[in-house]
Amino acid sequence: MEVFLEQFPVVVNALNEGFVQTLKLFFVTLLGGIPLGLVITFGSMSHFKPLSAFTRLIVWIVRGSPLMIQLLIIYYFPGLVLKTPIWGGGEAGRFLAASVAFIFNYACYFSEIYRGGIQGIPKGQDEAGFVLGMTKVQVFFRVKLLQVIKAIVPPMSNEIITLVKDTSLSRIIALQEIIWAGQAFMKGSHGISGAIWPLFFTAVYYLVFSGLLSLLLGKLEKKLNYYQ
Amino acid sequence: MMLKATNIIKNFGALQVLKGVHMEIRQGEVVAVIGKSGSGKSTLLRCLNNLEKVDGGSIRINGQMLVENGVYAPAKDLRNICLNMGYVFQNFNLFPHMSVLKNLTEAQCCVLKREKEQAENYARELLKKVGLAEKEKAYPCQLSGGQQQRVAIARALAMDPEILCFDEPTSALDPLLTQEVLTVIRALSQEKRTMLVVTHEMNFAREVADRVVFMEEGVIVAEGTPQEVFENERVKAFSGGN
Repeated sequence: MEVFLEQFPVVVNALNEGFVQTLKLFFVTLLGGIPLGLVITFGSMSHFKPLSAFTRLIVWIVRGSPLMIQLLIIYYFPGLVLKTPIWGGGEAGRFLAASVAFIFNYACYFSEIYRGGIQGIPKGQDEAGFVLGMTKVQVFFRVKLLQVIKAIVPPMSNEIITLVKDTSLSRIIALQEIIWAGQAFMKGSHGISGAIWPLFFTAVYYLVFSGLLSLLLGKLEKKLNYYQ
Repeated sequence: MMLKATNIIKNFGALQVLKGVHMEIRQGEVVAVIGKSGSGKSTLLRCLNNLEKVDGGSIRINGQMLVENGVYAPAKDLRNICLNMGYVFQNFNLFPHMSVLKNLTEAQCCVLKREKEQAENYARELLKKVGLAEKEKAYPCQLSGGQQQRVAIARALAMDPEILCFDEPTSALDPLLTQEVLTVIRALSQEKRTMLVVTHEMNFAREVADRVVFMEEGVIVAEGTPQEVFENERVKAFSGGN
């Protein structure tokens, strides 16, 4: 017990540091993935057949293969196969590569959610806008956008909660996020070695953070429930 | 002539739903279009409002050509030409995320560029007219079907259309709610508004319309005053001799 109490503050400090990296990856993914998803949606809904076919092919590949493999390919392919390392060295390079992989992967999932949301709005809403003289753009922004947002909040919440935990996959390219920080205490870190509890303890961070997010997203959902 | 449509052809794939329809509406006239489901009456109304593209024929609205021999006016003119038309849907199609007042002001502001205050005052005046002055803050989901349809009528009126079109405005309503909507339409006809009403309400058509058009399988088979049309044998067969 005494050992544990001695170790605890040291471990929490190290885990906090790792969790900052986890949070950075999480927010960067949302910041990049949410708008990029919209671009992909417009591509897959395009009336120009080659563009929509190409976009859907990409979405299939990204959603159909493990994010872990995508991380490995994006991080190692340029350097090891093409002999042109583009990510730079060290933690900054790993973070950049991880961000690209996560943003692209999540944007594909988001794009499908957006597409479902947009296609789920009854055609009568477009027509009502048109007969009132609105342009297509006006109909999208004034009539449909808020209805789409309301429709996609529950599935987006689901993806966002999944993202919290998926950030741990970046451990595979040794990004120094919280899993990496916890695992380090097994081999030896900060003068502690052979301790496995720090790794288990990382789960508490995920639980607390996803719990907070669930509350926030639930509030947003309620706020949008002012109409049926 | 407020509206003149000549030789309108409309195909859905291999199916021809309008086979050369002619229609004229004069200013201040109320025209009712009746006929079985699938006779093409709703499609005709949708074509006149540019919700469907015709495959042939011409439509002139308030002196402007919407489509001439199957060729449409330039895209930039289409919206302006169609602003002469107001449209009330069978299923209301109100904007669910906007209050009743906002439903009436949104297009006034972003299409007609009216000031917000002017748009709101006009909207309140129209809500009073359809008997819903106290509902301006309500959302569509809080209203009955009849009330929603009255809001939809007010929303169409807010754009000051020359011709107001109704696509089976009471088909989604029970008999009691139907009456409150018909009362509003009746009042509009007494103001000498130009209206085109596709309806299943035979008695209403007989009472309100200056002219009745009876359609069957994509063509107009009878047309004239209500007295004349309801004497037609085929119309009698359709309306059960009412």
